[in-house]
Amino acid sequence: MPGHHRAKTLGFDDDEVYGDDEEYDEEGEEGGNGMTEEDREQLRVGTIKVKEALDSSVNVSDAQIQEALWHYYYDIGKSVTYLKNKHAPQPKAPAPPKQKAVSRFDQAASAAKTQPKTTPGHKPKAEQKIPRDRLAESVEKVKIEEVPKVRSKNLNVVEEFRKSGMKRMANFVVIGHVDHGKSTLMGRLLYDLKVIDQRSVDKLRREAQNIGKSSFALAWVMDETSEERNRGVTIDIATNFFETEKTRFTILDAPGHRDFIPNMIAGASQADFAILVIDASTNSFESGLKGQTKEHALLVRSMGVLRLVIAINKMDTVSWSQTRFNEISNLMMAFLTAANFLKKNLTFIPCAGLTGENVTRKVEDPRASWYTGGTLIEAGEALKDSIDSVEPKERSLEKPLRMTVDNVFRGGVTNPTSISGRIDAGTLQVGDTILAMPANETAVVKAIEVADEPVDWAVAGQITTLHLTDVDPVHLRLGDVVCDPNTPVKLTKRFKCKILAFEHVFPMSVDVFRGRLQTEGKVRDLKALLNKNTGAVTKRNPRIVKPGEVARVVVLLERELPLEVGTRIVLREGGNTIAAGMLEE
Amino acid sequence: MRLLKSQIDQKHGSGFATLLPEEPEDMWHAYNIIQPSDRLRARAIRRVTKTSDSGSVASTRITMDLTISVISTDFDIGSGQLHVAGKVASENEHVKLGSHHTLDLELQRKFTLEKGNGWDSVALGLLREACDSEKRAELWAVVMGEGIANICVITEHQTILRQRIEVPVPRKRKGVIDGHNKAMDKFFSTTLSTLLRHLDLANSSPQTDKTVPLLLASPGFLAQTFLSYLKGEAIRTTNKPLLAIIPSIMVAHSSSPHVHSLSEVLASPAIRSTLSDTKYARETALMDRFHSLLRQDDGRAWYGPKEVEQAVEKGAVGRGGGVLLISNALFRAQNVAERKRWVGLVDRVREVEGGEVRVLSSLHESGKRLEGLGNIAAILTFPLEDLDEEEEGIGGGQDDDADMVI
Repeated sequence: MPGHHRAKTLGFDDDEVYGDDEEYDEEGEEGGNGMTEEDREQLRVGTIKVKEALDSSVNVSDAQIQEALWHYYYDIGKSVTYLKNKHAPQPKAPAPPKQKAVSRFDQAASAAKTQPKTTPGHKPKAEQKIPRDRLAESVEKVKIEEVPKVRSKNLNVVEEFRKSGMKRMANFVVIGHVDHGKSTLMGRLLYDLKVIDQRSVDKLRREAQNIGKSSFALAWVMDETSEERNRGVTIDIATNFFETEKTRFTILDAPGHRDFIPNMIAGASQADFAILVIDASTNSFESGLKGQTKEHALLVRSMGVLRLVIAINKMDTVSWSQTRFNEISNLMMAFLTAANFLKKNLTFIPCAGLTGENVTRKVEDPRASWYTGGTLIEAGEALKDSIDSVEPKERSLEKPLRMTVDNVFRGGVTNPTSISGRIDAGTLQVGDTILAMPANETAVVKAIEVADEPVDWAVAGQITTLHLTDVDPVHLRLGDVVCDPNTPVKLTKRFKCKILAFEHVFPMSVDVFRGRLQTEGKVRDLKALLNKNTGAVTKRNPRIVKPGEVARVVVLLERELPLEVGTRIVLREGGNTIAAGMLEE
Repeated sequence: MRLLKSQIDQKHGSGFATLLPEEPEDMWHAYNIIQPSDRLRARAIRRVTKTSDSGSVASTRITMDLTISVISTDFDIGSGQLHVAGKVASENEHVKLGSHHTLDLELQRKFTLEKGNGWDSVALGLLREACDSEKRAELWAVVMGEGIANICVITEHQTILRQRIEVPVPRKRKGVIDGHNKAMDKFFSTTLSTLLRHLDLANSSPQTDKTVPLLLASPGFLAQTFLSYLKGEAIRTTNKPLLAIIPSIMVAHSSSPHVHSLSEVLASPAIRSTLSDTKYARETALMDRFHSLLRQDDGRAWYGPKEVEQAVEKGAVGRGGGVLLISNALFRAQNVAERKRWVGLVDRVREVEGGEVRVLSSLHESGKRLEGLGNIAAILTFPLEDLDEEEEGIGGGQDDDADMVI
């Protein structure tokens, strides 16, 4: 019971503290109204012990000893020290402070703590002979221990990670124009892989039918808010997980609507590769190419996503026509290579999200017999293979911790403050102290979750949920950077960056995006135009940067933000992405 | 602002003007007109300490009219207060010549201004504009996004951010959507109560029959959702003044929740037609035109002090479409020579070249856009190339296989 109390006071939760108060009250009353049998016995034994401990030079009455004992909750050591200090130097010492001075809360709390120590016969004699100053020291230590701390297992996370032989993990973002079937495709994927059970899908089907949107049922697996369901569009990133034999995948389902590109950027910043969904039906593809198919592809490329699966969706509506598939593939190939994707990093897959053909199982339609390639999921695995072959796995584990906060929420009654996001670099374990920038506030990690499973540690590349303690949620905002307190991120207000322009860029107001972070800023100076491939300066102080050109510019932010060299940012203005860049200094 | 008395010699620009500020916006005008080295006479309260023969010190606060020669001005946008610091220029029994004093200009308190370097064309233009008694357009706008709202008031000459509201809204998570909805409710109620406090409907509506239009703008559907929330709340609480303004609420689309996207909102045809012809809308349209010309990159749009001066020199900002865009921030230059330079440029374009001059308010979004371009820009009548001289050799050749630098 006492241990239980202490544990509870750790998580400074409003509700909890309230609940605890009541309990403490009860105990407090007990002490205030009179002593229990147990109390008296303890007092008696304690008095004898204290008398033994005090040498004869100190002259104190039994009543004084008892009062001191009561005050220190039967802690002999403390009482002895107290009495010695009070009475030895000045014989006429004032009486120890009245017990009323101690709040009932403190009384109860310390009583709970010290009671077990003073069980008769258990008192170690050594402690009584400790010189005064050492005793005082130990008293201080006791106080320090009161600070609630989550115990760290002090793991060597990198070592643990190597040993664990964990399945590899991959995060991918699903992008594409609005209404091209991103959410439905992912809903189908999860359904076919039995991540979502039949019952929930049936329920969604019924609900969708009721409002006359039966084709949206699978999309509703991802689109959960009422706003999204009523409007039939995804608004925010939906995260979901599934596993294959080799890999644990995290889906980041991005919204396609142009107004929600900020959310899409937040999703893309957490991804290892992307699935670009394209509607094969007539006109849809063409309108998408002018719209977000193009913008999303450019955005993910500029955020460092180099590999794409192009899922040519709704093939059932064009009767699995090979000509249509080839036509779209060729057009997209031309466009994407122009956008600096390498041919070998692109995979084209025909599929149908609504019916589920060629998503997890091979297409059975006889009209699609021309297609011999793999399914969507196989393509994803293959891409992950190629990522692993290029990038060494543990490259960023040894670096100091960096994690961008994607969400701040209340993770339930026991976890009042939780954050989630992708660990960009470094490692984390339960009990670590982290620093949230730009608030410059520390917090202690109470628990870690990866893919909804509690774990002891997490490493770079994983999308994790951290349950925090010792922090006020007002200090945590979306887009903050969580870092190691010893190597904090620097805050900058003005930075130089290299940009690739998608639209004309001149000194202008822009919105600066970095993951979930979105802020006002200004392009202040155009320093130079650069050669695309060599980075050499081709023209100084240009007047305007034209689409497709690479330039070095100075950006001024409205407020200080945690940005480091090498951070990728996106500049947008008036609903258009005008440039993507990388911080230089 | 009311012009009580003026005696300005048109030829030399010497003379004075006595002005009476009547509404907060007038302070902004005064801020633009009053320059360092001007002489300003206004009511002042000064603490005067007297040491008597016996050595005792008596200190009294005395109200008097003081004339100061202006050293600097300080304008607080939020509260619309103007503080003018300077040295006392005319002695009286309490105050010695040359001692420092800061005058706080107040509404309904007249002041007299005499220009140190004479009233130039820009100053006279400002004076005329300030005393234009025509009814001024005013608009409240709320630019919002999920968890963030900016409440601004747009007047003829200023855009003032009254309040910025930030409420943490958790994003949607698998299976848990309640936190999001709850937070959104909280966000809406905070925004609404703050907005109502600023609008102060209960006090303003009885006397003035005009309702101030309110504009809600956001990306996505947020503004629409907020409007239905507002309607619901108005009915639920039977807030009559609020119900009364609902018909005059406009909903618009903006691409971001930040104040600078107001320019984009106000440029949209639907909003522009309802706002009729406010200065703001005109300025925004003009900046848009400049930007689109700049994008064409045919040498007809230039920005930056040096470039524009050169263009004027070459006679490209003249009759038949030449427009000089200049921010009034330049005329507030502390340096007299600096101010002369810009006034000279404006006079030249207006009188010699016959071009159009538009002075943009630095407090509007359009002025802020111009500020990014160096506070001055010009639309030319004919293309000019290479106003930016230094051109360097082109770097190494293209290498198609290599990965891009970014």
